[in-house]
Amino acid sequence: MAVPIKHVLGILVDNLIKRGNVLPLSRRNSVNWAKGLNIPMGGKTVIYTGLMYQLMPSIIAMEKISSKFADSWISNFYGVGRMVNKVVNISHFMTWTNAAERAKFDSTLRNIACLLQVAGVDFGYLYGKEMYAGALVHDEGINDVFEAHAHKVYERLKKHNIEQVITVDPHTTNMLKSVYPEIIKDYQLEVKSYLEILAESSLKPMKTLEQEIVIHDSCVYARYEGIIDQPRQLLENAGAKIIEPINTKNMTYCCGGPVESLFPTKARIIADKRIEQLASAGDNSVTMCPICLVNLRSAAMKRNVSVKDISEYLVETYCDQTNTI
Amino acid sequence: MAIVNTEFIKNISCSGKFNASACMSCGTCTALCPMEINTLPRLMFRHVMLGLESKVIENTENVFSCLLCKMCEESCPSNVHIAENIKCIRQYINQEIFKLGRS
Repeated sequence: MAVPIKHVLGILVDNLIKRGNVLPLSRRNSVNWAKGLNIPMGGKTVIYTGLMYQLMPSIIAMEKISSKFADSWISNFYGVGRMVNKVVNISHFMTWTNAAERAKFDSTLRNIACLLQVAGVDFGYLYGKEMYAGALVHDEGINDVFEAHAHKVYERLKKHNIEQVITVDPHTTNMLKSVYPEIIKDYQLEVKSYLEILAESSLKPMKTLEQEIVIHDSCVYARYEGIIDQPRQLLENAGAKIIEPINTKNMTYCCGGPVESLFPTKARIIADKRIEQLASAGDNSVTMCPICLVNLRSAAMKRNVSVKDISEYLVETYCDQTNTI
Repeated sequence: MAIVNTEFIKNISCSGKFNASACMSCGTCTALCPMEINTLPRLMFRHVMLGLESKVIENTENVFSCLLCKMCEESCPSNVHIAENIKCIRQYINQEIFKLGRS
């Protein structure tokens, strides 16, 4: 028996409507990554995390539970869970997160902020005012809830007079860059991924990356947004040798992540297939999406190969880490 | 026996976004799909176009198993917006069967 689709989607929808996010995330855990970085509040240009990296520890915790429940009698009680969750935030208890995991994902965001600063980009941050962009409810086809949420996000950005956002993950990039303009009238916001911004800058490596790196393109960056060359350019400029796996660029292979919340077993099968492809090309792979990272990372452990977020390699070569912001 | 619901395709049209009628049934999409599910996506679109609502509902798990990765769309000779179409079917199921939404 799989997890009941209706109730899992229902919990995510209820959370988004009542609590502004699909899974609970405290304000403290949303903004903790920026502590001590002195990024100004607001401004015309802001870094927009869309809370994706910060949500990953909750998603990992949730999936551990749902994969245990998926094939057990407990899955019969998801409906009851949804009823209770409307009143008491039970998903909060189901997503008790690990401090080391939180620190890991926060460091990715710190790396990205450091790279933007070294590239000379003048940017602010909305701190606790920043909102999740709604990708999950959009992808699951819960259109009215998504559209209402997208309007709220856009109104928030306009209220703070934001003109340009720098996104850090493919899903938020796709929402703000391509999906929102289709549903919001007179949409005016310049949206670029930090990879595009860095590739356009005159960033110079401080240290050579003498390494062979297997690149895993995100489906959303490669096929939805055409962001294919930028990560390669940034790694190659630093001296890395890019190795292309069997499925790459516009024919990249999914990490399985999109079905993780409903069908964890299926997601794992896809992740294993992809890791097999990446591992046969080399031992060190790079991703540029938090969802890809989480899914491939667990599959990679079994094969004893490494999967890192691209920002980890980029910060090593482009930022002086003794003097990070 | 299959019951044909002639209104089904209209109800699923997703404000005119659903464009599976361009499909010439070559099956490239199904052959490329990482999920390896026989009904995804070609047969599912056939069910919609034939008005076989019960067949689509029977396949709810498959509809929600699509990764929206667009591997199929990249190679579709008829430029069918496969991922968008799948989302249209999801929207229908969410609204009509699961009763999920704002109201």
